[in-house]
Amino acid sequence: MSLLLNPLAVLGAATLGMLAALGRISIYGFSTLRHMFRRPFYVKELGIALMQVGWLSLPVVGLTAIFTGGALALQIYAGGARFNAEAVVPQIVAIGMVRELGPVLVGLMIAARVTSSIAAEIATMKVTEQIDALVTLSTHPMQYLTVPRVLAGLICVPILVGVGDIIGILGGYAVATGTLGFNASTYIVNTVDFLELRDVFSSLAKGAVFGVIATLMGCYYGMNSGRGAQGVGAATKGSVEAAAILILAANFVLTGVFFSV
Amino acid sequence: MITLSNVKKSFGDNHVLRGVDLEIARGTSMVIIGGSGTGKSVALKCVLGLVTPDSGVIMVDGQDAAKAERDAFLARFGMLFQGGALFDSLPVWQNVAFRLMRGALKRPKDEAREIAIEKLRRVGLKADVADRLPAELSGGMQKRVGLARAIAAEPEIIFFDEPTTGLDPIMSGVINDLIREIVVEMGATAMTITHDMSSVRAIADHVAMLHDGVIQWTGPVGDMDNAGDPYLDQFIHGRANGPIESVR
Repeated sequence: MSLLLNPLAVLGAATLGMLAALGRISIYGFSTLRHMFRRPFYVKELGIALMQVGWLSLPVVGLTAIFTGGALALQIYAGGARFNAEAVVPQIVAIGMVRELGPVLVGLMIAARVTSSIAAEIATMKVTEQIDALVTLSTHPMQYLTVPRVLAGLICVPILVGVGDIIGILGGYAVATGTLGFNASTYIVNTVDFLELRDVFSSLAKGAVFGVIATLMGCYYGMNSGRGAQGVGAATKGSVEAAAILILAANFVLTGVFFSV
Repeated sequence: MITLSNVKKSFGDNHVLRGVDLEIARGTSMVIIGGSGTGKSVALKCVLGLVTPDSGVIMVDGQDAAKAERDAFLARFGMLFQGGALFDSLPVWQNVAFRLMRGALKRPKDEAREIAIEKLRRVGLKADVADRLPAELSGGMQKRVGLARAIAAEPEIIFFDEPTTGLDPIMSGVINDLIREIVVEMGATAMTITHDMSSVRAIADHVAMLHDGVIQWTGPVGDMDNAGDPYLDQFIHGRANGPIESVR
């Protein structure tokens, strides 16, 4: 009987643990929102965060998008050939990149690059008592560390997604016109004509949500890290896992909201 | 005056503070001694509000620390952390002038830098250290920068958390002398936690020994050697045998 019940107990405990963690993250998120509207505003820290989250992520985002767009064009061409639909490459690359792959891949790359770096930095600050030092210097860690990073995620990641969408489409264009024999101007016309404003808006909105998730997870796990090097490592790992899962879950929900018939 | 009355704090089953009662008179230097893990740092962090006590009252000049307006309350304090706790991403002078560059005490950048350099000089560091990053400094220099940061805004109360840990004996002596000089010069109230007896003798007006979650003994530093308290006696002479278990 206990053998039968044990897995249920484990599942129950895991579910409760996950819900409790979600609750704590939600409270942290609301606290961050509240502190966004409180003085003082740390403009210099926001500027540094914009550089870190946005500008310095451009190479990774660009390379991810261009290879994904190129591979997508090859896949659609090969798959479409099975039912004589090779001509839909521009439309499917555009819709695939803008609606789905652009925001999700950029979100995941930001989780890998930015979330981990924020979590490791803040966790190290916590372990070395720098967070306590901030408090004793009358500086609220939420306002000084979390708010600038989350704002940077909210501002930069939609822009990165937009850039990623364009570069991904260019990757598909390069492969299609370079190796698959598509006419360059027809490819562009088909892409532009097929995309709707709603597609672009959903892409950027997903970017904003993913940006907030990625930066918030980095800050949350960093602030709640355990002691020593092991604590920093666990916080970094936990932040990337949580950010990636929440980004994929949010993507599912947002896709349902934007495109459910 | 800082007063702790029956302050208790537990972390799960670990009852760190079991009812601490302590008074630190204004303008005096109190050193809290005790073995590792006896809750010295927790007591200090309770005063600053970095750790919330489970029960008890902490008063600073008649004001309840738990009910005070945080920014104004913390503006009265300076703190030297055990590891320095310098901000890695900021150059030394910005670490020292951190409080002077934001919030209620904000000054123009040039003035803040000037004050930072003057405080660095006060702790025996040259002006060329100002633009270095904390990682480029030795442990002793980092402690001095931490000390300069603690005194930069001329606080009324200064806390020193293990100020000589990890330093060689000569550097420990330098830091101890600096702390004593600065505290006397500023007329500040000081609370130091340490288990370094040379620090105790150099810094303290009064000594309190924390053991098993309570203040075991307290009195003027001059009375310490002849106090006749077996716990204090064992601790200050570093004996393995006595009422304090050597393996804890």
